[in-house]
Amino acid sequence: MSGFNVIQPGLLTLIQDAGRFGHHRIGLTTGGPLDSQAFKWANRLVDNPLNTTALEISFGGLVLQADTDAQIVLTGGEMPLKINGVEQDRWHAHKIKAGDKIEVGFSAQGARAYLAVSGGFQVEHSFSSSATVTREGIGGLSGEKLQQGDFLSCQPAVEHRGFRLADAHRPDYADNINLRVITGYQQDAFSDYQKRLFFSSEYKVTDRADRMGYRLQGPEVKPTIDGILSEGICHGAIQIPADGQPIVLLNDRQTIGGYPKIGSMIAMDTARMAQLMPGSRISFDEISIDEAHNLHCLAHVRFNNTEPEQVN
Amino acid sequence: MMTSTNPMRIEIAGENALIIYFGEKTDPRVSAQVQQAVTILESELSGKLIDMVPSYASLLVIYDQLATDHFEVRRCIRKVLGQLSDSDSSEGNLVILPAYYSPESGPDLEALAQRADLSIDEVIKLHSEMEYRVYAIGFAPGFAYLGEVDERIAAPRLSTPRMKVPRGAIAIADRQTAVYPAVSPGGWNLIGLCPTRMFDPKATPTMPVQVGDRIKFNPISREEFFAQGGELGEIK
Repeated sequence: MSGFNVIQPGLLTLIQDAGRFGHHRIGLTTGGPLDSQAFKWANRLVDNPLNTTALEISFGGLVLQADTDAQIVLTGGEMPLKINGVEQDRWHAHKIKAGDKIEVGFSAQGARAYLAVSGGFQVEHSFSSSATVTREGIGGLSGEKLQQGDFLSCQPAVEHRGFRLADAHRPDYADNINLRVITGYQQDAFSDYQKRLFFSSEYKVTDRADRMGYRLQGPEVKPTIDGILSEGICHGAIQIPADGQPIVLLNDRQTIGGYPKIGSMIAMDTARMAQLMPGSRISFDEISIDEAHNLHCLAHVRFNNTEPEQVN
Repeated sequence: MMTSTNPMRIEIAGENALIIYFGEKTDPRVSAQVQQAVTILESELSGKLIDMVPSYASLLVIYDQLATDHFEVRRCIRKVLGQLSDSDSSEGNLVILPAYYSPESGPDLEALAQRADLSIDEVIKLHSEMEYRVYAIGFAPGFAYLGEVDERIAAPRLSTPRMKVPRGAIAIADRQTAVYPAVSPGGWNLIGLCPTRMFDPKATPTMPVQVGDRIKFNPISREEFFAQGGELGEIK
């Protein structure tokens, strides 16, 4: 089998496909890429179906050595890409040769990058997905993050086209952003004053921000109730525990929980938030479910109609 | 038809999720209605759903925004709610789980008995005579929330959760009971061990129980526990 040797795994590199769906009833969460937009672009630029298995690199530090000819791309957060020591363009498919060394450096801005290979990494599926959820010990090579000495199998190089995304279409991962939230769930347990406080204040991303959720710090928001009968938690749900500090729940969240929730952040914006480093500042804008639906559908249409330039 | 004492509500959960509230508290009849709704919605919204999360008295419905929208999902939910019967809560499969109750396998058994002013044998009797219902599955893969234990053996969570609870640990928190599906941290009171695997990714089905099933614990001896493949595991 051909593939890549993991020389250095980086701080947190995970095998991910689009996620694990349809298994919440046995308590399995979704996993999958925190920034699904950058993940989809990675696959598209190396001519893969959008759900192909790739790597999510958090913060950087990954070094791989190819034992096969292949085509790779790096998208997402601004982690410098070097092939055999020479810096290369990101969001741009590169052909590589057996023996080439691929280095992904530490990020200047943006916490998550995606490395895809034409044909995809070959990983056995658990519950219809390759997505790694370390909390569950499911997915990836062994339910864990990449380790030094791991081997990432891939199909021998076949003819794949390669593309480059024009600079104008590449996202910006700047700090200090407004993220969109739909009120819902236990919103009636938050007074108008508490809601105004939530939507008009600035919050800081704390260092307790991971794939389960981003814990924020800012003005305390207090619901009129302490807890609820445990219920299903959707992606982006904003839970307010007793200390009044919001937690935005992400891909590796528990599927049920008993803290009151003020609403949910839309997925386009959880993707943006997950690119932020601890200390970053955010605030919230309230939108309706109708606006959110339109934004989602338009983003889908926009993605499909943004043509990358063919380079290979 | 629904009774007026059971006010159902549909709320927005997220951009592609609605949550249905069937009631406000743990009640086997409410839970049975959640189960009915899961079954009907699955076929009514076939191809348009991403996932559903049934719980004690609610159902989270997550849909594909490119295939449907909240208007259609709401209409469908309203229709389904109108069809629910005040069903029999004893419909789920009955699953018997073997239980080795002892201070050796359940380090909180003595303290729990003492607090309840009962003997260990009485605690075991109260826990194993009750028929439980699987109200929800979550927290970790395969972690089934069973309710409700007899009030006399209800016990608050430990003030300091343990770092390591063994797989198969039978535990009580408030009026809920559960079997830990894997080694994990945990703050519930441990009263015994169950040799049956509650979650095995390689098995079909991966879990012996599902939401809505009825559960009874059958006390077994130390010898039977080991004969059925049980392991004591490490408690920290």
